Amino acid sequence: MSDNKYSLEFLLEMYRKMVLIRQFEDRVKFLFLEGIMPGTIHQCQGQEASAVGVCMALNEDDVITSTHRPHGHAIAKGVSIQSMMDELFGKITGCCKGKGGSMHIGDLDKGMIPAVAIVGGNIPLATGAALAFKMRKEKRVAVSFMGDGATNEGAFHEAVNMGAIWNLPVLYVVENNLYGASTPVGMVVRTKNISDRAAIYDIPGVTVDGNDPIAVYEAAQEAVARARRGEGPTLLELMTYRITGHSRRDPALYQPKDEKQRAKENEPIGRFRKYLVGNDLTSADVLDKIDAEIEEEIEKVVVQAQKAADPKPEDALEDMFVESI
Amino acid sequence: MKRLGIAEALREGIRQEMARDERVFCIGEDIAIPGGWGGAFTVTLGLEKDFPDRMLNTPIAENGFMGIACGAAMMGLRPIADVQYSDFLFCAMDQVCNNVAKMRYMSGGKAKVPMVIRAPVGVTGRGSQHAQNMETFFMPLQGVRIACPATAYDALGILRTAVRSDDPIMIFEHKLLYGSKGARAESGAFDASSDIPDEDYTVPIGKAVVRKEGKDITIIGTLLMMHRALQAAEQLEKQGISAEVIDPRWLVPFDLETVRKSVRKTGAVMTVEESAKQGGIGAEIVATIVEEMSDDLKAPPIRLAAPNTVVPFAPPMEKFYIPQVEDIVDAAKKLLN
Ligand SMILES: Cc1ncc(C[n+]2csc(CCOP(=O)(O)OP(=O)(O)O)c2C)c(N)n1
Ligand SMILES: [Mg+2]
Repeated sequence: MSDNKYSLEFLLEMYRKMVLIRQFEDRVKFLFLEGIMPGTIHQCQGQEASAVGVCMALNEDDVITSTHRPHGHAIAKGVSIQSMMDELFGKITGCCKGKGGSMHIGDLDKGMIPAVAIVGGNIPLATGAALAFKMRKEKRVAVSFMGDGATNEGAFHEAVNMGAIWNLPVLYVVENNLYGASTPVGMVVRTKNISDRAAIYDIPGVTVDGNDPIAVYEAAQEAVARARRGEGPTLLELMTYRITGHSRRDPALYQPKDEKQRAKENEPIGRFRKYLVGNDLTSADVLDKIDAEIEEEIEKVVVQAQKAADPKPEDALEDMFVESI
Repeated sequence: MKRLGIAEALREGIRQEMARDERVFCIGEDIAIPGGWGGAFTVTLGLEKDFPDRMLNTPIAENGFMGIACGAAMMGLRPIADVQYSDFLFCAMDQVCNNVAKMRYMSGGKAKVPMVIRAPVGVTGRGSQHAQNMETFFMPLQGVRIACPATAYDALGILRTAVRSDDPIMIFEHKLLYGSKGARAESGAFDASSDIPDEDYTVPIGKAVVRKEGKDITIIGTLLMMHRALQAAEQLEKQGISAEVIDPRWLVPFDLETVRKSVRKTGAVMTVEESAKQGGIGAEIVATIVEEMSDDLKAPPIRLAAPNTVVPFAPPMEKFYIPQVEDIVDAAKKLLN
């Protein structure tokens, strides 16, 4: 992490967004485990820096696609947490009117295509968005977030190759949290780094500490600049760790205890706090105050979401087509 | 004799088949990771301890591993390939439809593809992409057989039949019927456990079973809908209507004879299914019944199905989507009036 390059305001914004994601996720986990929230969830505690670092390098009109684990990406891209919480509760006021649920969170008005829960399925979509930007000569960029596991799908290889041959303004952002569901990445990928795979498509591939939001931001910024210059895609591998279960009530017994312990010590928010306070950039009090404000904000959001109206059963029949015949 | 749920019965069946025949192996995602779940619904939990070399954990690559299983099957092995949710079969569509189903035919009967494909179905609060009852999509496919076990007894018998068959067989299992335990337990689960005999029984290909006898109306449904049909039949009984419930167990080949016998008796028939009506299983079954047994029918059959829409997430819409017991009761009464 480099000193003095960024304004305090910028750094605190980074911190605030990461904490917003963490608290949102922790609250959702509680609501879910208490049986108050319906459906199933995949959460991103421990992976906040990648969502925030990447999205802070984007403009509002840039577009992202996400996965079954989309909450952090959505918050980082600016989707309203009220509309997300409403969606998770299946309310008509949700960002997908209760039709999508956790795994399909998104809001095109904020530059987020509804998340795709089919692993790898979102990678061609981001590539297609980038194709549209290029064909229309717009200076916009598309980002496909994905997990390490997704890079073994055919969809990944097909899309990255087309992104490469057509020099599309797209970032392939791999959040390598060392597991695809319960499967350790080393069991299903031979190369040392997933970014090594970029070479066979002749695009840059970089591996970055994904729990350092500034390192992520800088790598993303460079890739975004390249894409905007018309020089094509970058494969960005962000090393991170999911400090919660894969989904639902997963106790993650396949993760070795010492590895889990190390990951907790290396989680991005605690680290960033240490960095900010340790370098006298701000005080713990200032950060605690941010935490408290967010807690209050989320409390309000939950109360309002629970009060929001349910869709009518027959609403299930709406929204399939643009034109009614 | 012991009492098992579907997940346990399948696990037992896979274990026995692997012990009996060393050509049998399992291939799929997260199926045998120490400390893991034994696939998405615990079916293969712990099997890696017994068969460390025959439980293949794959990368997330459905089209690839389905084709690999097909290739291995043609060379004489007997793979059991599973996807975590049947929706992911779309990713493997090419291998399943173009190769698994057609290799034998295209080779003029020389190739054999003794392969089992297992896939969980059902609408369970997960939204549009983890909800589809994919058996519907394979109805027009020529070259695979399709089973839908609704009880643990059938699950084990069908699994044995499928592993021992020289042809590709797809087994669609229902998430709410597995009886998965622990962290993988499903909310809204339905008890489909059975007393499992000790002997090595099988469920013959293409044989339906009459789950409840009746004389006024025939209700045909598989998986969760079969159980709902039984509940509906109980309610109908109280209202003086005697419903016969048929569980086809196999959609392909379909046991028309069992249905014919029933329709001869009742003269009224309805199908129940958990996916959209358009081009569905009911469409196929009812069309066949009308073609073959119109003389026996006293009233036009009813296809009770989900509405023609995508599976929604929010609970009130999801409930509206899935045929409920009351819907079956109402439809039966409407048909008989
Ligand atoms: C095509 C497909 N196959 C399998 C799954 C089931 N599944 C959901 S998440 C997951 C693991 C994904 O791993 P990774 O890409 O590393 O993302 P992570 O969960 O670690 O964020 C699997 C196998 C799926 N949703 N889609
Ligand atoms: Mg992963």
